[in-house]
Amino acid sequence: MLSYEEIIEKYEPALGLEVHVELGTKTKMFCGCPTEFGAEPNTQVCPVCLGMPGALPFVNERAIESTILIGLALNCSIAPWSRFARKNYFYPDMPKNFQISQYDEPICTDGYLDVEYETPEGMKTFRIEIERVHMEEDTGKSLHVGGATGRIHGAEYSLLDYNRAGIPLVEIVTKTVLGTESYAPQIAKAYVKELRDILRTLGVSDVKMEQGSLRCDANISLSPRGSGKLGTRSETKNVNSLRSVERAITSEMHRHAQRLEAGERVVQETRHFQEDSGTTRSGRSKEQAEDYRYFPEPDLLPVAPSAEWIEQLRGQLPERPSAHRARLQQLWQVPDKEMAAMINAGVVGVVEETVAEGADPTKARTWWLGEISRVANEREVEVVEMPITPKDVAEIIALVAAGDLTDKLARQVVEGVIAGEGSPAEVIAARGIKVVSDEGELVAAIERAIAAQPDTAQKVRDGNIPAAGALIGAVMKDTKGQADAARVRELLLGLLGQS
Amino acid sequence: MSELIYKSAAQLSESLAKKEVSAREVTQAHLDQIAKVDKAVQAFLFVDTEGALAQADQVDAARAKGENLGPLAGVPLALKDILAQEGIPTTCGSKILAGWRPPYSATVVKKLRAAGVVILGKTNMDEFAMGSSTENSAFGTTQNPWDLKRIPGGSGGGSAAALAAFEAPLAIGSDTGGSIRQPAALTGTVGVKPTYGGVSRYGVVAFSSSLDQVGPCARTVLDTALLHEVIAGHDDYDATSINAPTPPVVAAAKRADVKGMKIGVIKELSGDGYESGVSERFEESLEILRSQGATIEMVSCPNFDYGLAAYYLIAPSEASSNLARFDAMRYGLRVGDDGSRSAEEVMSMTRAAGFGREVKRRIILGTYALSAGYYDAYYGSAQKVRTLITQDFAKAFSSVDVLVSPTTPTVAFPIGEKSNDPVAMYLSDVATIPVNLAGVAAMSLPAGLSEGLPVGFQIIAPAMKDDRLYQVGAALERELAAKWGGVLTTKAPKLISAAGA
Repeated sequence: MLSYEEIIEKYEPALGLEVHVELGTKTKMFCGCPTEFGAEPNTQVCPVCLGMPGALPFVNERAIESTILIGLALNCSIAPWSRFARKNYFYPDMPKNFQISQYDEPICTDGYLDVEYETPEGMKTFRIEIERVHMEEDTGKSLHVGGATGRIHGAEYSLLDYNRAGIPLVEIVTKTVLGTESYAPQIAKAYVKELRDILRTLGVSDVKMEQGSLRCDANISLSPRGSGKLGTRSETKNVNSLRSVERAITSEMHRHAQRLEAGERVVQETRHFQEDSGTTRSGRSKEQAEDYRYFPEPDLLPVAPSAEWIEQLRGQLPERPSAHRARLQQLWQVPDKEMAAMINAGVVGVVEETVAEGADPTKARTWWLGEISRVANEREVEVVEMPITPKDVAEIIALVAAGDLTDKLARQVVEGVIAGEGSPAEVIAARGIKVVSDEGELVAAIERAIAAQPDTAQKVRDGNIPAAGALIGAVMKDTKGQADAARVRELLLGLLGQS
Repeated sequence: MSELIYKSAAQLSESLAKKEVSAREVTQAHLDQIAKVDKAVQAFLFVDTEGALAQADQVDAARAKGENLGPLAGVPLALKDILAQEGIPTTCGSKILAGWRPPYSATVVKKLRAAGVVILGKTNMDEFAMGSSTENSAFGTTQNPWDLKRIPGGSGGGSAAALAAFEAPLAIGSDTGGSIRQPAALTGTVGVKPTYGGVSRYGVVAFSSSLDQVGPCARTVLDTALLHEVIAGHDDYDATSINAPTPPVVAAAKRADVKGMKIGVIKELSGDGYESGVSERFEESLEILRSQGATIEMVSCPNFDYGLAAYYLIAPSEASSNLARFDAMRYGLRVGDDGSRSAEEVMSMTRAAGFGREVKRRIILGTYALSAGYYDAYYGSAQKVRTLITQDFAKAFSSVDVLVSPTTPTVAFPIGEKSNDPVAMYLSDVATIPVNLAGVAAMSLPAGLSEGLPVGFQIIAPAMKDDRLYQVGAALERELAAKWGGVLTTKAPKLISAAGA
């Protein structure tokens, strides 16, 4: 089996990323039903999104606006005239047995997105070209009950929930991405992350990968170097986190290389990423291209946004995340390396929010990059997905600054908040965390420590200052960590004639 | 009060307004007529006796309170079974929808209710409006009141027959390639296909979305206009509905004046294939219009020759997609769901059992026409023909105010004569189809009889000039009625008249 380095030496990876974004509009794409996540099945439905005979679609203007904003943010051309088309295929969770989508006349075309990725030589920028951004409606959901896998095969029966049917989706499709070399998985992840940040900044979607409001299909192929043509691709679905984007592509690169090395061919197919194993399993074969019999949707008029409207929306575009980050770096006086670490960990936004809550930028950065990142890594989730808010962190930083918490106690509070014990105040109350600041109590504890370790105390008196650590440790233990270690040290050294 | 059934909607409107008669009496008279003759005619699939009388009572109560009511409040109407009416069985003539009671009403139904129109029930039609005789209905063929052995036209044969049999003074139809006008022609009644987008399609079971249009049917031109005004207008629920004021159709019907108008006779819609009786009545009507001060000229629309072929690619293509939703998952028929079969198998068995032959034929045709590799040659070419036909109309309308032709090449044919020859059946609509392809407006009104059977005269107007249909139609009707001693349906055979007397 080839190592990753050997794979890159022999093969050139080609990527293609299709990202589906559920827009955060209040109502569905073609009817007035609400779009809230997690409602009782089949309670957010009407004749239109259930595909009742005679019902007709009407376009959600806000969805068009969101799509144009996305196109503009991705440097696309906005078509002055585009059309919806019907994509015909039968599936029980699709009420009309056709999906209203866009085919050869999408609303946005030919854009790009610059993404940053980390290399041993520092951060670099890679330009991903966008082929198209188009609108479509989501399908319902099937729940297969019985059987071992939760899949349709072997299921006893299936339940259908049409709440999701008709929710506006925007599909963002890249051109074939070449030249990523060994960074293919990182660049793919960086692209989805940057895209997510942009969409969040635009306010067009809540972009929650775990809830499916941002879904990524990763196409990957390998071609032998110098062959001059693309290899056969696989399309991996069910990639539900940023980390999974990277893992899925890495896994597919290994799988493709292994087949090619064994003289086998790569099958053109859909594959499903499995979180637990970090590998993909085979899904539907795409060897026989399905014929969707696309034709222009006769129930809807063409989408023809005026030039004035487009320009007005262009004027509404918020600062691009990359420009925004550069400005913050300047403002906070962060060294390049630290900034890169923040970008990589995806914490720039939360640090900014923490600062907005009144925290010192350096302290805010330290918490998010330090303790919170550490727990996130343990849990294998994104830092921003941790159950602690910038407001919580700012509160804790304020308590430390006021001397109400020591750093060590603050870590306990953070741990408590992350463990779901409540707000910082609630954790402090419930755990009985408080700084022991009663000097008399501290002095008594120090004296107990000196009495318990007379030899160590003598070393300190003799000038061996580092030996004081053992005594300070004993005091901290005695006070259950609730003393301010710096103050303990000060008092101890004073008592031993070293201040 | 049984003579109530022979009154026009306009006459009923006047009597109701003067409180000479109640809406309940009018409604009951028509329900009685349905009870008497519908076994023979089979115009209705469902009669909503209770609902109709309840609506009539509401109108009477409102009138007693002195509320301001529309002209058609209390006038009964027959609704084509293609329109969804909340809680009322809506089958579209298909087994696959048998038993379906819609949870919502079509916009047109809501407008009718708001205007106080009393809906008597749902009328028979070819399955999913695919046909020209009602023989494709899953629930039996409607008979032509003029000769019960003949078809009443289709797909809206039920609505047209209900008018000719005096079961209702008003009816709603839908016209994709002639389904309002051809039955109107064959039953001696009046039917209008409004401009595409003039009447909402929301709640109208879709056959071919870019061609379907709901329209008014009645026994007189004025009645048709009164109904047109009630159902037309912009609807936010139909993206293709036109956001502009409805043309003044009632005023036009009352003006009934063709002096100085230019009328174009479409060269391509005459001659071979048109029965001599049809051509003769057509010529006589032209003569009347000329005598009333219109100028008549011949115009050529050369691309109409390709209309039928283009229609039979576009309509089935859209239908193949529109009818995909009938899959047993959410409503309607479900076959084979015994716990052993997959959803796909149940879908397939349901569609095999639920759709009739003509519907299957068109789904297959449309699926093929949209397939990869064939799309450009079939659907693409048909759309080009459509553009050319639209251009033919535009050119013609640059020199004339309206165009005219016979509505159909023949009078009503015997039941069964063409049911095994789809192409012969399709040819019934050769003169009506170009209108749908271009989205313009057209009317069929009676021009007289040929061998005792009604002949239809078609008037075509540019988009959103529907008022011209009524202006010309009412003028022609006035002169013909003067000659006949009443509108053509007053000459309908004694069989029906006697039954109602």
